Amino acid sequence: MTKLGQWLCGLALLGSAWVALALAPPGLRLPAPYRQALLPLPVYLLVAFGCYSLATVGYRLATFNDCEEAAAELQEHISAAREDLRRRGLRF
Amino acid sequence: MAAEAGDKFSVLLPTYNERENLPLVVWLLVRTFRQSGNNFEIIIIDDGSPDGTQEIAEQLEKIYGSDKIIVREIISILFSSGTAYIHGMKHATGNFIVIMDADLSHHPKFIPEFIRKQKEGNFDIVSGTRYKGNGGVYGWDLKRKLISRGANFITQVLLRPGASDLTGSFRLYRKEVLQKLMEKCVSKGYVFQMEMIVRARQLGYTIGEVPISFVDRVYGESKLGGNEIVSFLKGLWTLFATT
Repeated sequence: MTKLGQWLCGLALLGSAWVALALAPPGLRLPAPYRQALLPLPVYLLVAFGCYSLATVGYRLATFNDCEEAAAELQEHISAAREDLRRRGLRF
Repeated sequence: MAAEAGDKFSVLLPTYNERENLPLVVWLLVRTFRQSGNNFEIIIIDDGSPDGTQEIAEQLEKIYGSDKIIVREIISILFSSGTAYIHGMKHATGNFIVIMDADLSHHPKFIPEFIRKQKEGNFDIVSGTRYKGNGGVYGWDLKRKLISRGANFITQVLLRPGASDLTGSFRLYRKEVLQKLMEKCVSKGYVFQMEMIVRARQLGYTIGEVPISFVDRVYGESKLGGNEIVSFLKGLWTLFATT
């Protein structure tokens, strides 16, 4: 199954569970407080996911390594390479 | 730790207008492989560069020997990593293939670490990652980093690929694995690299990761434009809906 397929199945499953429990079609009635709590659940989950995303991306952005030494080392290697290649007869 | 006797590493270098950087990359590759004692060859696939890249590649072939440096030119309107790899692999005599950029953003010093990692876990693929361990980037401003992390996050959520850096192009493949994947992958550019990893997972190949540093000296010239972002999202959606 494709990733899209998995997402659609998952959403369909959760969606129908939510409809069954929170919207209370006749024949299946939970006590009122439970239904009250379940009703806004999708929105809560969406907001929670949004916060998680922002926090995760923010954290990863803040901890994104800056490779200063790598850049400096590369410059040294470039000089060494140019010198050695010139000695070996490379015409740049 | 040296690879077993009999292992040979073919490095594929697709080039376009890399007259300046090519000799430096080749010099670093030769030095790295000689120091690590691994058997190697470097295959340069040039896309008809007008700046004399081919000429300098031929000079390198004379300096280092044509058993070590193989130069091929293809002139194709549809030049992409994909076509370059296909051509390159035809000439590869190694049992492992290393793919990397020829503009010095990837440093050959990581290749022995790829080799070590591959032996450690008997991996089919070893992928260089900028996002884990002490991997990282030099030369990116905050905006570029944000786009990178944001795009990677969306990709991780949607595709759950089992690898931290999907758009990276510094990797080691078993030759037969790369051949198999090339048959199956159809995208271009960033998305091509992503598709390789996703399909590899589908086919049950194992992927190891090694942190690498990516030194971007080009970013000042080639900004990440709206077009690139749009095609990335399109490609991501295609992978999401078809794999």
